[in-house]
Amino acid sequence: MGDFFFILLSTALVNNVVLVKFLGLCPFMGVSRKTDAAIGMGLATTFVLTLAAGASWMIEVLILQPLDLGFLRILSLILVIAAIVQFIETVLRKVSLGLHKALGIYLPLITTNCAVLGVALLNIQERHALAESLLYGFGSAAGFTLVLVIFAGMRERLAQLAVPGPFAGVPIAFVSAGLLSMAFMGFAGLAPN
Amino acid sequence: MIEAAVSMSALGLGLGLLLGVAARRFHVETPPVVDAIDAILPGTNCGACGYPGCHGLAEAMAEGSAPVTACTPGGRDVALQLATIVDTGSDGAVAGMAETEPTVAFIFEDHCTGCMKCFKRCPTDAIIGANRQIHSVVVDACIGCDACIEVCPTEAIVKRVKPKSIKNWYWDKPQPAFGSGNGGYAA
Repeated sequence: MGDFFFILLSTALVNNVVLVKFLGLCPFMGVSRKTDAAIGMGLATTFVLTLAAGASWMIEVLILQPLDLGFLRILSLILVIAAIVQFIETVLRKVSLGLHKALGIYLPLITTNCAVLGVALLNIQERHALAESLLYGFGSAAGFTLVLVIFAGMRERLAQLAVPGPFAGVPIAFVSAGLLSMAFMGFAGLAPN
Repeated sequence: MIEAAVSMSALGLGLGLLLGVAARRFHVETPPVVDAIDAILPGTNCGACGYPGCHGLAEAMAEGSAPVTACTPGGRDVALQLATIVDTGSDGAVAGMAETEPTVAFIFEDHCTGCMKCFKRCPTDAIIGANRQIHSVVVDACIGCDACIEVCPTEAIVKRVKPKSIKNWYWDKPQPAFGSGNGGYAA
């Protein structure tokens, strides 16, 4: 039980997928202008990342390892992740229109999100079992959501400040992202890797 | 080698089947009017109307929150076609619209700095050129959506009437002659 707690803590805070591993930076900069959009993107990513972690574990254990096809790993994982996202989008539109409206436009974006593939690959690299994989995916996504929402809040504040001309817009956003990253470095040592 | 080919083919086939079945099984009927509007709109997703793509505009138009005149590149022709299937609410919507001819972007080459901003923004790839080389517009591909005019830092792009060609030339509308007593008609 303690192991599971440490995986969650480690992925969400200590080894944060955005600020420490530098994965998924495009949505981090792209969808952080408004807090609402950041929450939507975060929830959609959580959903997809957890499922993708489980699916990639199955692909690895059921297909790639028995047949010794490690060189096809990235190819097959991308295929499976894209298919899952598309499947979820189709089902969601039928089952829950409200949820589809909230998450719909973010789902196709996640297909090409490097955090999703990165977490799947890390899972395989660290030889996690199914439950650990799922938890690792969920924890990473929770960390991603947390950081995205914090950063969106910061950018909403920044938009109202008188920023010196050369720093206005994206540059000051990158500077604040760096500061946020330094703040998250403070979690290092909280949990073993 | 064979294992790799077979397993990847099987994986692709399986996932393809899954998506195909899901698309059938979870098919959502869109209102027919949305499809009809979608068919009339240009479909280039240029964003000039302010909605996310042509489908977004079609949905807004179907529920009545967007006017039939919202599509800039489509101009009057598209608005007239749309007015036949969409309840416009007030009849004067299209009548009040200026009868514009199709327009295309034109780049003044002595102002162009080759910054590639318009090149990246163009939804139909109608702008040609490279970094630090003067850009130009492919008239046949340009839909006149104004997207490039907004991003040009040197204001080198203007909208001009699409040059006449044999394909799009037509007779000017007959104008009543002023000055003569009975409107120009022979008595």
